[in-house]
Amino acid sequence: MEKQVGFMKALKCRECAREYPLAATHVCEFDFGPLEVVYDYARIGASLSREKIMARPPTMWRYRELLPIAHEPTVGFQVGYTPLVKANRLAKKLGLRELWIKNDTVNYPTLSFKDRVVSVALSRARELGFTTVACASTGNLANSVAANAASAGLKSYVFIPADLEQGKVINSLVYGANVIGIRGHYDEVNRLCAEIAGKFGWAFVNVNMRPYYAEGSKSMGFEIMEQLGWQIPQHTVVCMASGSLLTKIHKSYQEFSKLGLVNEASYKVHGAQATGCSPISTAQKAGLDFFKPVKPNTIAKSLAIGTPADGFYALKVMKETGASSDDVTDDEIREGIRLLAECEGIFAETAGGVTVGVAKKLVASGKIPVNDSVVLCITGHGLKTLDAVVGHVGRPREIRPSLREFEALLDAEAKSAITV
Amino acid sequence: MAKVRIPTPLRKLTNNEELVEVNAASVGEVFKELQSRFPGIQERLLDESGAVRRFVNVYVNEEDIRFLQNQETPIQPTDEISIIPAIAGG
Repeated sequence: MEKQVGFMKALKCRECAREYPLAATHVCEFDFGPLEVVYDYARIGASLSREKIMARPPTMWRYRELLPIAHEPTVGFQVGYTPLVKANRLAKKLGLRELWIKNDTVNYPTLSFKDRVVSVALSRARELGFTTVACASTGNLANSVAANAASAGLKSYVFIPADLEQGKVINSLVYGANVIGIRGHYDEVNRLCAEIAGKFGWAFVNVNMRPYYAEGSKSMGFEIMEQLGWQIPQHTVVCMASGSLLTKIHKSYQEFSKLGLVNEASYKVHGAQATGCSPISTAQKAGLDFFKPVKPNTIAKSLAIGTPADGFYALKVMKETGASSDDVTDDEIREGIRLLAECEGIFAETAGGVTVGVAKKLVASGKIPVNDSVVLCITGHGLKTLDAVVGHVGRPREIRPSLREFEALLDAEAKSAITV
Repeated sequence: MAKVRIPTPLRKLTNNEELVEVNAASVGEVFKELQSRFPGIQERLLDESGAVRRFVNVYVNEEDIRFLQNQETPIQPTDEISIIPAIAGG
């Protein structure tokens, strides 16, 4: 155990508050509650200011004091600080006044928000002396672990459901990672990985490295506030798989408020799920503070977690912030993908379609008032889930290389437009 | 006899045994037998009301007992039971 711990103090059980050393460990021995990093906020407050942040390079590491590594990062220097796009055309479609897209489809290097959590987890894994890293994944995390491990010279094992989209499988294999396809859904992959993690001395980013890994998601919230001119948006819509991202966006807003980097303001963090895997939104709508596990069946495979580990805390955050949640069908997910693409030129993966689809529902039902400010967290790129939209976005019209044929095509279209 | 896989956080209580054989007819009885052999283990797994704790997942032959009959789930001598903390990811 190293002595220098940066701005961290300990790991602490979220259930019983017992403290643990800052090692590669993730659950409380007494009640299996998840462990979370405790920071020295007094020291952070003395060190961090808006000016200091703004003087640093535009990456997630500009908030380094609030990320759980002891020294400077050694993996993923370029990650984060993705665009916050003012989405006027989509706003108009949804009937909103002020809408922003936090566009993590262009996160570096693997085009999803997972690069945030992985750069923290791998930097911390190195500090703790690991040379092999691993994960259980619905695809995006696998891509990110594979790529970031490759560039850091670490050996990696990634475990995924065997039926994942081809794009996500290739996007892990190309980096030379050991890709293991498990014949089962993600919850089964996760269960197996919990057993493997107990047996091999590897840094499993979402198992024994989870307390560090999960904190990386906060950077998405920090960036949103800074990019909005140091403000908390009134509404944030976040897709939910394990529910972890939603809880960490909330935590980021709380930390900036506590440190005086933004003014305290009331806000809601709404959760979005796919109807085919909606344990958290179903519980939220029923007013329950616990969820019932489900067997996933949805095209939003990156969200297909039937036993969401942070579901309990996501429900708690939504309750505390007075937020809502909803879920959308496969067709509504595809419609959401098209809506975002056609209005804003942003091609999101299925999870993004879920977020857009649910935002639309929440506006329509009045849960998001039309005059409030809204941010949608779009977490991954559409090129990764082409399988889900193939056959649903039309086909190219083919002609011979002849000007006459092209004119004939335009004429025919003009005529059919009139008759319609 | 049915086999129970003990997760790392509980192995201090089982003298580092990973695999424990139990003679039990249901998941509830598995917990009782574990408690009689490794005192203190039950309170780690069950809350004050006797329900399985929020962050503990129990599987019989790879199936979550919440999809079976929870603690009433019957156990055969050839069954394998896993106790696993909830983990995040995606």
